[in-house]
Amino acid sequence: MARGAAKKTFLKPLGRDNPVFAQILGICSTLAVTGKLENTVVMCIGVIFVTTFSEGTLSLIRKWIPARIRMMVETLVIATFVIIVDIVLRAFYPDIWRQLGPYVGLIITNCIIMGRAEAFALNNPPGLSLIDGLASGLGYSYVLIVIAFFRELMGTGQLWGVQILGDWWTNWTIMVMPAGAFFMLAIFIWVVKGVFIQEEQHGK
Amino acid sequence: MENSMIPVAVFFAAVFTNNILLTNYLGMCSFLSVSKDLKASYGLGIAVTFVMATTSAINWAVYTFLLEPFNLEYLRFIVFIMVIAAFVQLVEMVIERVSESLYAALGIFLPLITVNCAILGVSLFMVIRDYDLITSFFFGLGSGLGWFLAILSMAGILQKLKKARIPRGLEGPGITLIITGIMAMAFMGFSGILTIG
Repeated sequence: MARGAAKKTFLKPLGRDNPVFAQILGICSTLAVTGKLENTVVMCIGVIFVTTFSEGTLSLIRKWIPARIRMMVETLVIATFVIIVDIVLRAFYPDIWRQLGPYVGLIITNCIIMGRAEAFALNNPPGLSLIDGLASGLGYSYVLIVIAFFRELMGTGQLWGVQILGDWWTNWTIMVMPAGAFFMLAIFIWVVKGVFIQEEQHGK
Repeated sequence: MENSMIPVAVFFAAVFTNNILLTNYLGMCSFLSVSKDLKASYGLGIAVTFVMATTSAINWAVYTFLLEPFNLEYLRFIVFIMVIAAFVQLVEMVIERVSESLYAALGIFLPLITVNCAILGVSLFMVIRDYDLITSFFFGLGSGLGWFLAILSMAGILQKLKKARIPRGLEGPGITLIITGIMAMAFMGFSGILTIG
């Protein structure tokens, strides 16, 4: 495998082709846990694990998957890895597992994983697919971690459960409410798009 | 609360106070992509409501009679998603045979539904909250209607918005998300009425 191709595969989903703000994919299951940074990080690790290994696995067996039932096969492979995440979390971090509730299971229907499997893993060798899965997961995670950072900080004055802001800070209750997540994501997309638009204008 | 009232309460809570889209962020993907078109939103809304109500009842039966007795609860993710996929496929075939016009209207939305996180989410919530059969059905129905309500109002707002001047960076998903946020705030006004855990 050429090193150039690997590097390109890795960097693409982190920048302009980031699945979250380029295609607004897969925010469903994870936006809900951005109220607390700790939960978000755990959830993101889970998502990265699932994207990486399900893409790798699907790519290994891609030549034997009949085209007609490929969605079924993809779902099964993804669900298997999600079950692993669920069992591990339940065994080692029962508190976080309880707080995440149904959202761990909902990683299965996260459109990013399915989308990358369809678009990339079924047409590329396993090595590259692993890298693509890892990069997509990372690209997706950093957006959510930024959102969680601001939501927890502004909503509760804490980070990772530790008080950061002093008494002078008034908590923005809206930030921990569901509406806050929508606003934060919209602002994030706005900022990123603004940067892209400016780059385009400078490029001309 | 009286036992017989629980399904009713859960139903209204699922539509208004615990709207699956606006408080649990489920079903966002299809919400963002389809809400541009009012007619398509209507079709998808009906399809989602129907599938959600029926699959939550089927999944309840599968979970209670198959998974629990054999201690296979950890398989619920795979089993639920399979039930949903199979059911959607079945509905698609039935509709195709029975009504040509209905198939033309709903046909393209059905495959989309399998990967709609809200459907799986309803089944998972139902397990966590320990609902019985009737309550599960009403919870599914209410969540579906709540989703329908949200996407329909969003499609209506977006139609009006077509003529508005929006900052370039906010065009498309950005503005949709901001409106969703405002809608979520509006729905918070209902939160005094009922709560479900």
